[in-house]
Amino acid sequence: MMDSDLSPQDKKDLDKFIKFFALKTVQVIVQARLGEKVCTRSLSSPTGSDWFNLAIKDIPEVTHEAKKALSGQLPGIGRSMCVEISLKTSEGDSMELETWCLEMNEKCDKDIKVSYTVYNRLSLLLKSLLAITRVTPAYKLSRKQGHDYVILYRIYFGEVQLTGLGEGFQTVRVGVVGTPIGTITLSCAYRTNLAFMSTRQFERTAPIMGIIIDHFVERPFGNMGHMRPCNYRAPGEDEGAYNGVEDSQEVCTTSFSTSPPSQCVFTVSKAHLKTPKPAVMDTLKVPMMGLAFSHQLYCSRLSYQPPVLVGAADFCHPSTLNAANPHQMGIPGKEGGVPQQVPVQPCHGAQAEHGRVSSCPPADHVPATPSSSGEGAETLSRSIEVKGVSPCDVLETTFTRKVGAFVNKPGTQVTTASLDLPFAAFAPRAYDLEENDPMVQPPESPATSSPLQGSLHSQGSGESGGPAQDDFVMVDFKPAFSKDDLLPMDLGTFYREFQNPPQLASLTIDVSSQSMAEDLDSLPEKLAVYEKNIDEFDAFVDTLQ
Amino acid sequence: MNCRSEALEVSVEGRQVDEAMLALLHTILLHRSTGKFHYKKEGTYSIGTVGTQDIDCDFIDFSFVRVSSDELDRAIRKAVGEFKDAMGNGMDGMGQISLEFYQKKKSRWPFSDECIPWEVWSIKVNVVNLANEQERQICREKVGEKLGEKVINIVEVINRHEYLPKMPTQSEVDNVFDTSLKDVQPYLYKITFQITDTLGSSVSTTMRRLIKDTLAL
Repeated sequence: MMDSDLSPQDKKDLDKFIKFFALKTVQVIVQARLGEKVCTRSLSSPTGSDWFNLAIKDIPEVTHEAKKALSGQLPGIGRSMCVEISLKTSEGDSMELETWCLEMNEKCDKDIKVSYTVYNRLSLLLKSLLAITRVTPAYKLSRKQGHDYVILYRIYFGEVQLTGLGEGFQTVRVGVVGTPIGTITLSCAYRTNLAFMSTRQFERTAPIMGIIIDHFVERPFGNMGHMRPCNYRAPGEDEGAYNGVEDSQEVCTTSFSTSPPSQCVFTVSKAHLKTPKPAVMDTLKVPMMGLAFSHQLYCSRLSYQPPVLVGAADFCHPSTLNAANPHQMGIPGKEGGVPQQVPVQPCHGAQAEHGRVSSCPPADHVPATPSSSGEGAETLSRSIEVKGVSPCDVLETTFTRKVGAFVNKPGTQVTTASLDLPFAAFAPRAYDLEENDPMVQPPESPATSSPLQGSLHSQGSGESGGPAQDDFVMVDFKPAFSKDDLLPMDLGTFYREFQNPPQLASLTIDVSSQSMAEDLDSLPEKLAVYEKNIDEFDAFVDTLQ
Repeated sequence: MNCRSEALEVSVEGRQVDEAMLALLHTILLHRSTGKFHYKKEGTYSIGTVGTQDIDCDFIDFSFVRVSSDELDRAIRKAVGEFKDAMGNGMDGMGQISLEFYQKKKSRWPFSDECIPWEVWSIKVNVVNLANEQERQICREKVGEKLGEKVINIVEVINRHEYLPKMPTQSEVDNVFDTSLKDVQPYLYKITFQITDTLGSSVSTTMRRLIKDTLAL
């Protein structure tokens, strides 16, 4: 027998070390993909629950998943424990990014001391894992997750499967630790072919607020099945200090001896700890983040509700908050009911300013909870003002996400009667915001098969240009003071990256689906109105050029 | 015993020197620090817990993990700051910062204690000046990737599990570990540096070529 030289106590200790090492490995990997920075405190006195003398928190759900995968077994020869990290986009595409493998091979080190050397080397290996998890490409992706995609993990036991990583995947070895029963190796195989990613421009693009509305109804990530999101937080997990031991009720009390290793004192005591009922994860398919994401989707829909236009004040929907002009504009209470006498031109002005679709007849729809959407709905603010546009267009307006010139103007009463020029009320004024606005991406015409395509690439910046439409103004994105040599990279990048704050999850979504249906129904009449007013649009466009 | 010597080399822009050095030095020290030892009777001791912290670099597309110890961080930053000052600002240059782990061996009077290094990490730094923002942007990413490779190199060396000083008794602990910190206990270390002036045009050309290759698109 391979372990015949191992004393029963050593064997027992070794099994325990391997078990907890496996659990801690999973924790480190998943926590490194949560998308947040990890920070734990050093404690000069041991607490007894910090395995391997490292402060690694235990997320209960992750431990639960790991134990479920292990099913009472330990990683051994031919039985590897793997943590698979993958990415899933809001559109349902998914891609494996990396697979971490904890394996054991047959090479034994009989002379090594279990409760001393093996323990310390496992501790060192965990530190190496901490370092390496920040170095693989998936780390950067995981830090930016949330809007377009989420990172999921899956733990499995048995044979390593690397086929999902695509061609040319690379392997990095984290480290090895020899034990009397075999050599533990920890490695990571990661995908290098991110071609799918590059076309979607995940890395450098600002978050995309919306997607095709009918793509997701309720649960965008509902078919995750065995995958778990890395940013899921089990309820109650953040309360208080983590107990390193969940229901295994084993506390690691390490005492080391400076005398020869054979006299090493290593005590592992059982402590009866309160076992919290593990959070029931199985039925919860949608991660909390996913819910937040759905909220975002619904909020995007929400933005498509043409706000009620009652005078010009309705332009300034309460949600149209600009960081520069935080004062609320608009009348939260004015929802529902559409005064038919609302002049069309201001609409046009707003939309043309945004480079949006043409006319905007007064809205028929009730914008949902505008007051609640006011909080941080910068990204949606633009679209709220857009009225009576087709859903496709509205979709696109969301993407431009830039607060336009007309948004924050204090309750300007625009009456068309007094003006010859349709947008004269707005045109002559030099709004600072206009200067600094990133380019407004003109949406593609409704006729395009996937209107979202262009929008996906439009982040209100000039670089990802969409097709220019005759009716729309494309303003190049030239950030002030940036040097215009090849590309105004830095300031431009800064704008793009910080222009689009994440959508707040607090925006409600219930009304949106109905409203979308209503929007669709009103399409024909809206189009008719736009056509009717096409001359005015042209005139306005001329004034801008 | 032979001292193990490892060399790393990076090319960075002037303002990236601090973060690049901190990233590498902290990665090494993460592996070379333990919790505080608490000696008990019968020659046993317990070890405190080492916390870790993620640090994002501002000038490099890179994040690294360091030990959660402000004292240790301050000490490293001080050394890196001195190194950076010695390198000068805004000048192309070469320098080398060394992190040496050593053991003290008590000698009899009148001889002072000997410091016997058992592991030396030498990090060669080439500092370049870049002309415009586009190059700087590329440099951010490239240096980030390079640092990632260096971290993998460091981990590879450490996981060879070569010589480490024996765990000391209570009386000897100060000869092996730096016990002056409150929360963690790194092995005794010292940081030294030397600056190389660019000597002669041939060296400069070689360096420029090296840097251009690193930054090559």
